[in-house]
Amino acid sequence: MSEKNNLIVYCEYEDGRVADVSLELLTKGRQLADRLGVKLQAVVAGSDLKDIEKQVFPYGVDTLYKIEDERLYPYTSLPHSSILINLFKELEPRIAFMGATSIGRDLGPRVSSALHSGLTADCTSLEIGDHTDAKSGKEYKDLLLQIRPAFGGNIVATIVNPECRPQMATVREGVMKKEIKDENYKGEVVDLDVAKYTNPEDFVVSIIDRHVEKSKVNLKGSPIIVAGGYGVGSKENFELLEKLADTLGAEVGASRAAVDAGWIDHDRQIGQTGVTVRPKLYIACGISGQIQHIAGMQDSSLIISINSDPDAPINTIADIVITGKIEEVLPKLIQYYKKNSK
Amino acid sequence: MSLNIIVLAKQVPDTRNVGKDAMKEDGTVNRAALPAIFNPEDLNALEQALRLKDAYPGSKVTLLTMGPARAAEVIREGLYRGADAGIVLSDRAFAGADTLATSYALSAAVRKFGEADIIIGGRQAIDGDTAQVGPQIAEKLGLPQVTYAEEILGIKDGKITVKRRIESGVETVEAPLPLVVTVNGSAADCRPRNAKNIQKYKRAAVPSEVAADEAAKELLEKRPYLKINEWNAQTVDADLEQCGLAGSPTKVKGIESVVFTAKEARRVENTDQALEDLVKELIANHTIG
Repeated sequence: MSEKNNLIVYCEYEDGRVADVSLELLTKGRQLADRLGVKLQAVVAGSDLKDIEKQVFPYGVDTLYKIEDERLYPYTSLPHSSILINLFKELEPRIAFMGATSIGRDLGPRVSSALHSGLTADCTSLEIGDHTDAKSGKEYKDLLLQIRPAFGGNIVATIVNPECRPQMATVREGVMKKEIKDENYKGEVVDLDVAKYTNPEDFVVSIIDRHVEKSKVNLKGSPIIVAGGYGVGSKENFELLEKLADTLGAEVGASRAAVDAGWIDHDRQIGQTGVTVRPKLYIACGISGQIQHIAGMQDSSLIISINSDPDAPINTIADIVITGKIEEVLPKLIQYYKKNSK
Repeated sequence: MSLNIIVLAKQVPDTRNVGKDAMKEDGTVNRAALPAIFNPEDLNALEQALRLKDAYPGSKVTLLTMGPARAAEVIREGLYRGADAGIVLSDRAFAGADTLATSYALSAAVRKFGEADIIIGGRQAIDGDTAQVGPQIAEKLGLPQVTYAEEILGIKDGKITVKRRIESGVETVEAPLPLVVTVNGSAADCRPRNAKNIQKYKRAAVPSEVAADEAAKELLEKRPYLKINEWNAQTVDADLEQCGLAGSPTKVKGIESVVFTAKEARRVENTDQALEDLVKELIANHTIG
């Protein structure tokens, strides 16, 4: 099989580990590569990449392009962009994926601009399918169908790049599933020379300080989430959610509308433009249930919706619906929990 | 030192409350049908620009927006808050542009503008959430970029220091001017409108807005500071092949309002007894507790 016209994933790498989002993309990439009958390629750029292939080969990577140089870590825009632009010119991949992270969303557009290829941000689903251009009637086989909520999550659009290559997409962490294909899968490592793929002027931006601040919010890891939407009504009412969360040992989350209203920090936003969660219990308080929100929590094991509107759209995907005001229902839940849990 | 700063601003539909009729059949947004606002993160970017103007007197802040004539509202809003001038980039040829075609048109306008030290905008717009236009403009102009900026810390010897807010924490980077910066919503809020500026600029307009109003037209001629520049594809020497739908590699294949698999929800009455029973049940099956 040729090295050209395959599917390639840009892998992010920090502290000796390939990022989860990249492994998730490799998993999806392997499925689609099988569907298309092409190779799965990966590219990683950084320093100290020894044995990194051991982390990616089990996901079914056929070729790993490795480019190692001290100046490539931590990530800066220009050298990483140059590497991808030059490598893509050489490999002419049909599809390229990267994480919808502060790295992938910095890098992807720059690469797409240089190659004049289409890039779709924050896809929630990626499939292979055919497309007929409505105007010209021209048919395209086996395009990448890039599916994403658009317009504040009010609709879901399927985007295609009929003519330009690579067809590029970014995906947020946690949206795709990470799954090892074969512990013993063997791929090939290709070492690339940094001098050939970057220019000296690419290193004009320097990182003068960097401190890792692990977010205090751990929505992804929390088994119970109490989330509030616009129906919560005020910043003060959010304190009720915090009280319930404290009582249950839960994290507080929010819909975009509540974040936009300034009632809660945006690192607590759940949904397409926030975090995707799959807790054991999701208590949705005053959340109407826009697609953009539901996309980020629909896989919760049990969903309780508390809403004064009996016909709130979120009620259609909830397991348990309580019609009532947040101010009434939450204090009672707290009270009965304290009374009955011993 | 005085700086020449371009602030990229977008007038966006308020996506918090829209119906399905907000989309046209070809899959593009029917902007005319929606309330329009100043894209929130662009306001954060404007504040960073105005702070630089405060710190380096003599600096000039020019707003650049692409859209129909009514997008001049965004320019006026910026003038009220302290910007010095504005440009509306407007042409039918730009219609239906994806991020790449948009960045092409805007980068052509920046080129036409000439010497800019800093091109700054919001990280992303709330109607698309792509965060692509900033980096794409940087690439087209051959400039470095700093995305996810939270605060511009200072400028010294032709280099700017910027604090970035990213998932893993905070990063401070130093980059040479000129460059493109995109600003996060976590940055400082934009200052409010200034009453004097409102008085001064309330009649500011692009010529096509007042085409039918002789008095307003005369006023623009008499007081040139009220005239918001109106540029089109020709003004900025744009290659029409790279504009609008024609210049967009991505196409919308289809639009759907997604229907999630509805479950048969259990209704729990909002009564003390029912709520207590529910809590007991959740404790008993180890969902909570």
